[in-house]
Amino acid sequence: MTRLANGGVIDRQRPLHFTFNGKRYQGYEGDTLASALMANDVLIVGRSFKYHRPRGILTCGPEEPNALVQLVSDGDQPNLRATEVPLREGLEARSVNCWPSAKFDLRAINSFLAPLFPAGFYYKTFMAGRWDFYSRFIRQAAGLGRSPKERDPGRYERVNHHTDVLVVGAGPTGVQAAKVLAESGRDVMVIDMQASPGGHLLFHSCQIDSQPGVEWVSQAAVELRDRKNVTWLQNTTATGYYDHNMVIAVEHEPAESWLRERLWHIRAKKVVIATGAVERPLIFPGNDRPGVMLADAVARYIQRFAAVPGKSVVIYTNNSTAYAHLETFKAAGIEIQGVLDLRESLSETELGLASKSKVPVVVNSRITGVQGRSAVKGVTYQDESGIKTLSCDLVCHSGGWNPLIHLYSHAGGRSRFDQESAAFVPGERAQGAYSIGGANGTFSLGQGLKEASEIANLLFGEKSDDSASSALAVPVTEGEVSYRIDEIWPEKGLKGKAFVDFQNDVTTADISLAVRENFRSIEHVKRYTTAGMAVDQGKIGNPNVIGLVSRELDQEQTSVGTTTFRPPFAPVSFGVIGGNERGLLIIPARTTPMTDWNIANGAAMDEAGANFRRPFFFPRAGESMEDAVAREATAVRTSCGIYDGTPLGTFELHGPDTAELLNRLYTNRFDNLPVGRGRFGLMLREDGRLFDDGVTFRVDETRYLMSCGTGAAGAVYAHIDRLLQTEWIDLKVYLVNVSAAWATMCVCGPMARKVLDKLESDIALDPSFRFLDFRDGTLEGIPVRLARVSYTGELSFEVNVARRSALKLWTILIDAGKEFGITPVGSETSGVLRIEKGFISPGHEGDNITNPFDAGMGWIVDMTKPDFIGKRSLLRDMRLGGERQHVVGLLPDDERAAVADGSALLPAQQELSRSGFQGHVTAACFSPTLKRTIALGLLKDGQSRHGEKVIISGLENSCPATVSAPVFYDPKGERMRG
Amino acid sequence: MLEIPCPWCGPRNESEFVCAGEADRKRPSDPEAETEEAWADYLFNSTNPKGVVREWWWHVSGCTRWFQIDRDTVTHEITPVEESSK
Repeated sequence: MTRLANGGVIDRQRPLHFTFNGKRYQGYEGDTLASALMANDVLIVGRSFKYHRPRGILTCGPEEPNALVQLVSDGDQPNLRATEVPLREGLEARSVNCWPSAKFDLRAINSFLAPLFPAGFYYKTFMAGRWDFYSRFIRQAAGLGRSPKERDPGRYERVNHHTDVLVVGAGPTGVQAAKVLAESGRDVMVIDMQASPGGHLLFHSCQIDSQPGVEWVSQAAVELRDRKNVTWLQNTTATGYYDHNMVIAVEHEPAESWLRERLWHIRAKKVVIATGAVERPLIFPGNDRPGVMLADAVARYIQRFAAVPGKSVVIYTNNSTAYAHLETFKAAGIEIQGVLDLRESLSETELGLASKSKVPVVVNSRITGVQGRSAVKGVTYQDESGIKTLSCDLVCHSGGWNPLIHLYSHAGGRSRFDQESAAFVPGERAQGAYSIGGANGTFSLGQGLKEASEIANLLFGEKSDDSASSALAVPVTEGEVSYRIDEIWPEKGLKGKAFVDFQNDVTTADISLAVRENFRSIEHVKRYTTAGMAVDQGKIGNPNVIGLVSRELDQEQTSVGTTTFRPPFAPVSFGVIGGNERGLLIIPARTTPMTDWNIANGAAMDEAGANFRRPFFFPRAGESMEDAVAREATAVRTSCGIYDGTPLGTFELHGPDTAELLNRLYTNRFDNLPVGRGRFGLMLREDGRLFDDGVTFRVDETRYLMSCGTGAAGAVYAHIDRLLQTEWIDLKVYLVNVSAAWATMCVCGPMARKVLDKLESDIALDPSFRFLDFRDGTLEGIPVRLARVSYTGELSFEVNVARRSALKLWTILIDAGKEFGITPVGSETSGVLRIEKGFISPGHEGDNITNPFDAGMGWIVDMTKPDFIGKRSLLRDMRLGGERQHVVGLLPDDERAAVADGSALLPAQQELSRSGFQGHVTAACFSPTLKRTIALGLLKDGQSRHGEKVIISGLENSCPATVSAPVFYDPKGERMRG
Repeated sequence: MLEIPCPWCGPRNESEFVCAGEADRKRPSDPEAETEEAWADYLFNSTNPKGVVREWWWHVSGCTRWFQIDRDTVTHEITPVEESSK
């Protein structure tokens, strides 16, 4: 076991047991899964995506491309980075993308077939023939982790937060910036990805203000967290920067044990991006072998976790970073075989560090190969005097640093290539995004702290005040190795596999091939080779891809440019995006006071408009849907039914100009409606098409109660409110949505009056209570508004009542109606009754083309009114004339034909031809009253074709039918007026 | 997510609002006096500029106020419109 006896921040008193790929291991509290595996000498943690090459841990952070695991123990979570998974007792994880095991993977055969799998292999090979045939085999081999089969047991929530300044990253620069801003009295929120503040100082020794850097940071953090104007979150990753300075962050491991993750929507006035930088790999053959790691990552594992990945190391670099690690490596007992430096010369500091550690340095050298397949055995390299070898079990490489410009780019900021630091750094700014420190390409700690100290000036144009407390002075740093890098690319036509994207197995050869095949835009090269498209999203590899492309194209890196960075910065679980909105809470269903009664009485529930679920029909034991609907419909036609109409939209309109408003909204007049009466109204859109219909009552001179369709209620409300607030602001009308205040039950059928007569009431149900009258009073002591409205074509009373009394009254009505066979009726039955009656439904017969004349509703359009919504467009329709589709009735020759809504209507002689399309069926049913199938439809010139034959052509069958008037039952409407 | 300045409620998240299109499309006071072309233009066409556009927004999940803002379709910069200038 390679764990140092001392050091690190792990708690050696608290051992934790875990399982990886079926084998049990032990780590400590404070470990990540990656560090614990390393301490247990587990070298191979996974397989690569395409060639299934064995892979080990490469990095120490969220940029990890190789160590992807399926976390089995805590719900079933795929594709987590082992470098980010905190170790827990009983944790169980598996490698992804290997079979049967990570150590022995049968698909590694792909590796030997590599010459057959160049960039664009799938595009090129499977063009000919049937993709659906190939895809079965390809899909089986594709993909990383396994999609979980079980419901996610984790719980998540979402929080909104507003702040003056958001600081992303609690490294030294982020903390210093937070300090300055908090001191200035602003609300500051600090979020940091790691478990404790400190950023890279958690892993590297450096002095700030004469104390160890990490202590300086922790102390500042403790002081800041106590302040009222500071909100502080650790283990929180900013995943995206959106419009108007909204940053979305995922908090992992929140304090609440029942919560797995929390999503933060943070709205800030300014955002300080202090996210630092990640190390870039060098490109050399075999750079993906287990045991080849990034130099800085190795230092991190040693410093933080006391985990040592090897005994004997060769360091390979093009910059100064690695020299700062020499002492760390030595102290951990690693034998340093030598530093192979691509550069021609070293700085004084670098030379000093090398000689202090007594490490041989070979300048102007490059690695030509790595020995060992599943573990490093040594390297071959070339220097001025030829090819040589070094034995080792660990290769540490460093290709420089990539500033994390992701958030800056999400905000809309540009990047530019900086020659001196050989990196893409923030360029032209967008929104309130300000990068400082490593994220700004400022790799010197001292410089970064200076930037942070001047943050108030940068953000708000405030000059720092000389009299300010010394806490705001720029902290003094010691012990830094100043950053020097020479960008040196591998020679063209490199032999062996040198990877630029580890997860997607993209090599230098793939990039060259893409450019040879004339993919010139970096965006195209990315998509063709899939470089940068894996889970790590090119965090470490992208600059290398850009560098190689620029070299192939012989262009500057700046002009090649970066690919677009898009959120999320790190993968986000679906669970946390959903938050609490899962199951029934995704779209909470609206209920009526009768919902529970309906369900208890066996209703088959169905989605209705406006998020209501309502009874579809009420099947009795052994009854089919057809049977139940027929029974319910027959009850309404011959005795009595009761229908829960609560979901209908209800609006109260009040004010001196209400009559004028209604005149403008509806096609017919409402100013001459007497108080105490109701009138059916038709509402059009401004383009003259059917919009909504319903009955409106005049309660008093200036007060009306409007009802509208359930599904249209929201749109009708928006329509009226818009006109009142934006077009007709001179009209004095209040519009109040009272849909949720009223419950409505409709007692319908020839026995309806008899049922109501049984109740104690002060409302006379004599013949003076006419159709479309309404009366206020009480039923059994409950205040009600009783209205004679009919949606079924039968005598019916609509009982409107306050919601709190609704269920009580409903059960009273059911009891009173028992002797008359009162039957609860669902929406399907209601639909059948409306088709029989030929009542137009704007949701069915209105197809965004139908106008009132097409629907046979010209009787309700008063073209003598000066103006109403839709009138101008109707005038155009009338002027143009021409053939239009009209609403008709359809009687299939086969009286029991099953006709589907939407079936095409064809002329009789053109069966099965689509060219003769003349309209479609808008609604069809079997009519229990007429004992035959009936349908409504829109048919070209239909009003003049009654009696003609057409063909109803469905997907499965077609049948001849006779065109008729669109009213099948009681055409004179005597029953509902009775 | 845009932050929309509601004149009544202050700045609120876009998800509380409905964008109701360009504000310069005023309903003609005498629709019948409009030519077919002018009427069709009112019904169906928007300017859809690249740059600043004056829009109606509706605070439907809030105070239900309708109000105008100037929004830059490129930068999403928003400038409130004075109520009196409607």
